[in-house]
This record gives sequence, structure tokens and C-alpha cells, in this order.
Amino acid sequence: MSPLLRVEGLWKLYHGNPVLRGIDLDVNAHEVVCLIGASGSGKSTLLRCVNLLETADDGAIFLEGEEITDVRADPDRVRRGIGMVFQAYNLFPHMTVLENVTLAPVRVHGRPRAEAAELGRELLARFGLLDKAGEYPDRLSGGQQQRVAIVRALAVRPRLMLLDEVTSALDPELVLEVLGVIRELKESGMTMILATHEMGFARDIADTVCFLDGGVLLEKGTPEQIFTDPREPRTREFLRRVLDARRL
Amino acid sequence: MSTTTAVWEKSERQRERERLRRRAAVRSGSIATVSTVVFVVIAAWAIVNSPGWPRVKETFFSGEAFAMSFPEVLAGFWKNVQIFVIAELLILPLGLLVAVVRGLKTPVFFPLRALAVAYTDIFRGTPTLLVVYLIGFGLPALNLKGVPSDPMVLAVIALTLSYGAYVAEVFRAGIDTVHPSQRAAARSLGLGHLQTMRFVVLPQAVRRVAPPLLNDFVSLQKDTAMASVIGVIEALRQAQIDAGKMFNYTPYLVAALLFVALTVPMARLTDYLAARATRRRGPGGGV
Repeated sequence: MSPLLRVEGLWKLYHGNPVLRGIDLDVNAHEVVCLIGASGSGKSTLLRCVNLLETADDGAIFLEGEEITDVRADPDRVRRGIGMVFQAYNLFPHMTVLENVTLAPVRVHGRPRAEAAELGRELLARFGLLDKAGEYPDRLSGGQQQRVAIVRALAVRPRLMLLDEVTSALDPELVLEVLGVIRELKESGMTMILATHEMGFARDIADTVCFLDGGVLLEKGTPEQIFTDPREPRTREFLRRVLDARRL
Repeated sequence: MSTTTAVWEKSERQRERERLRRRAAVRSGSIATVSTVVFVVIAAWAIVNSPGWPRVKETFFSGEAFAMSFPEVLAGFWKNVQIFVIAELLILPLGLLVAVVRGLKTPVFFPLRALAVAYTDIFRGTPTLLVVYLIGFGLPALNLKGVPSDPMVLAVIALTLSYGAYVAEVFRAGIDTVHPSQRAAARSLGLGHLQTMRFVVLPQAVRRVAPPLLNDFVSLQKDTAMASVIGVIEALRQAQIDAGKMFNYTPYLVAALLFVALTVPMARLTDYLAARATRRRGPGGGV
């Protein structure tokens, strides 16, 4: 079976500085991949490249066997199949929660407004947000906003979800409610790539953990292997530092 | 449920604090009143006792001339209002269109983008009065079929072109204030460039630029007086005519009062909207 997503020799440079140096990565359907690594290691850039928010400088990305980095591919059409959630939520502040959720189904997928609203309400109810449907984002807590952002991405029924450090801007007690939502997505069989600093969560939820260092995918394995028996000295050092920081 | 509910009774310290605050408020209020009265009295005394005052009073503050010219200048002012309202309705879409066109990145749109840049550069750099002259006298001189010759229409065209350039820049500044992450979020949902503009960027941008836009409109209300130079008998021109007939400048005062009566409410609305925008962006306001 061919992977849902294949990244081949992906390079990305900002002003001549390489941020990604030849990344190779396969993600199978229903697989949950966690990207770990220090800030600036290229986790977010990799996710943005997969969603074509950044243009690859070399290499290729395939979604369901089709090259999406092909210059003739329509980025808008590619993005319709991919949901993305950002660190800073990026909800639309001038729209209510329900309007945020139904914008893409109505405007991009041409669903009738009533049908989109019904689906939106269903999704909000599933994540305990139905009573917030009419609120504006600035009236919600960070955790609620991020859950709305996840619902917004889900509303277009994506085949792949990209989550970019979705808990990094949250207070510790709000992190749990967002992680709960992600766990539920995994149980529903969603294919996901997460860039995360939550090592405990990565260990718990990931099928595969990738350690990025300076734009290189240095080590890839099961959470068990990466967290208990990392091969690379750099991985070991990174994990030791993260654990030290946790103890403080 | 807690069994003890804290009941707040103002402490002596707090009561003393509030007493002092009240006293300070009364004091600053009376100082402001007294200083205003003193200033007005001195200014009025200085004017009334100036050597030229009897003459000024006669030529600028003649009750008779005021009563005579008021209906005519008011009728002329109605034209200012018409020019203003129609130009306004044309300027908003023109400015928005130019601002959006300047943001188009696809190479296909290069000619359009260049045109938008040239338009804003030229009309922002040319004095509005000059534009009124050029359009008012130049356009009809071309003798083209379908080109209007009514000076009212020509004035509307000139003011629209001139102010459209300013308003386009205001809209563009507003578009630039919308954080790129909003665009990224919209694009990640599959919205195209124009959909992102229409549903995500512009609604936020327009809200933010409402106060500066209103400021431009206050300015436009006054600049409708420039229509007088190409032969529209509006408030200023009518005042000139009346002043010439009566050998008295009071009609100018009439025109000035009418302009003030229209722009002051607009200015207050601008202040109110600006204050509201600041409050919303303040702490606890979120976005």
C-alpha cells in the first residue's frame, strides 16, 4: 500500500539559509506522526510546506500518489484535503464560532449554508463547544479557541491533519482539554502530523516519532524506541535537556 | 458552597480616598470653568475693543445681510451636500478596488497593478484644486460624445478621482494591518486569494480604517467648495455673489457656519469610532 503522504528530499531555504535539508518522510493512512526537536529545527516549516503555505526549494511531496509540489498543481485544491491548526489558533475575529467553522464548507466546498451549519453544530457538540456557537473568538479561553480551530479544520473533512505546536500558547490546565480532542481524533482514525513540545503526549499518542535537528530528519522510530533507546547522540541530548527543563 | 460569605464594607481608608478624589474632581472642574470664562472674556474684549471692530462688525456680522443671504446660501449648500454624498458613494468602491488591485500578486495582473500605482501616485500628488480645474475645463473641451458638461457632474468626477487615491491608500494600510497568520489560516482552509480578501482580510481591514476614512470625508465635505471654480453655484459661490451685491461679507459667515454645522457631527462620529476602536484593542478586548 502506498503511503497517504510521501515527502522526498525536501529542501527549504529562507534567504539562502537552509531550514529543511533533504527531508524524507512517509505517512500512512491512520498513522499519527509526531515531529519533535528544538525551536528552529524545521518542524513548523515542514508542516507549512506540506500545506503549500511555503514553496519547496527542492524535492517533492506526494499526497495519495499525486505530486502536490508540481508547479501545475492547484494549491487551493490541494489544501482542501488537508486541515491545518496553528499555534496561535488564527481564528477569524470578526466571525462567530459557527461562522468560522462553516466558512470553508460553504465558500470552498459549495455546501448549502443550512447543511454546513448543521454539520458545524454536530462537530461543535462533539467537542463540547455547542454553547459557544454564537460567541466571538475573543470571548473564549485559549483552550476553547484552539478546539474551535480544530473543529474548523475538521469541517472540510480533511484526509490529513497538520497540527503546528497547537498547545504551545496555552496555560498548562488548558493543554489537557486540547490534547483530549487530539486523542479523540486519533481514535476516529484521522491521519495526523503534529509538531509538538509535549514529549509525554507524543510518546502516548504517536505511532511514529521523528526527531528533527537543524533541518535534518535525524532519527525516526516508534515512541518506545525514540524515548527509551535513541540511537543518535543528538536525540539523546535533546531529550535529556527537555526532561531537565521539566524537572525545574 | 462556602459557609462564610465575605461582606464588603468600605474601609475608612477607602472612604477617605473617595473623598479626596471627589474634592480633586471638583477643584479641576472649577479651574477649567474659570479659565475658560476668563479666556473668552479677554478674547471678546480684545476683539470688540480693537480699532477696526466697528467696521468688522458691520461687514461680517450684519444681521440684515445674514437674513437676506441665508436662504440663497442654504440653497447653494444643498449642492455641496449632493456633490459630497454622490462623490462619497463613488469614492468608497473606487478606493477599495484600487487597494485590492494593488495587492494582486499574479504576474497576469501586472498591467492592472501598474495602473493602480500610477493612479494613486498621480492623483495623490496633484492638488485637488488643480484636478478640479483640469477635469472641469479639460474634459468638456475634448468634445467627446457622452462626456458630461454639467459642472456639478464634472466636480463629482474630479473630487472622486482625487479622493479615491487617498482612500485607496487608507484601505491599503488597513489591509496591511491584518496579520499574515489570518491569511495563512484562510488559505489553509482552501480559500483562494480573492475569497481570502473578501471574507477574511477586508472585513477586518475596513473596520480598522473607519476612523481615518471618516476623517477624509470631513475633508471632502469642505472641498466640495472647490466646485465653485468651475461654475457650480454652491454655498461659497453664492456667498461670493451675495457679498458682491450687498458690499458685505456676512454671506461668507453664513457659508462657513453651514459647513461647520455639517462637519462637526461627522468629526464627533470619527472621535467616537476611534475611541471605540481603541477600547476594543485595549486589555481584555482580545483582537
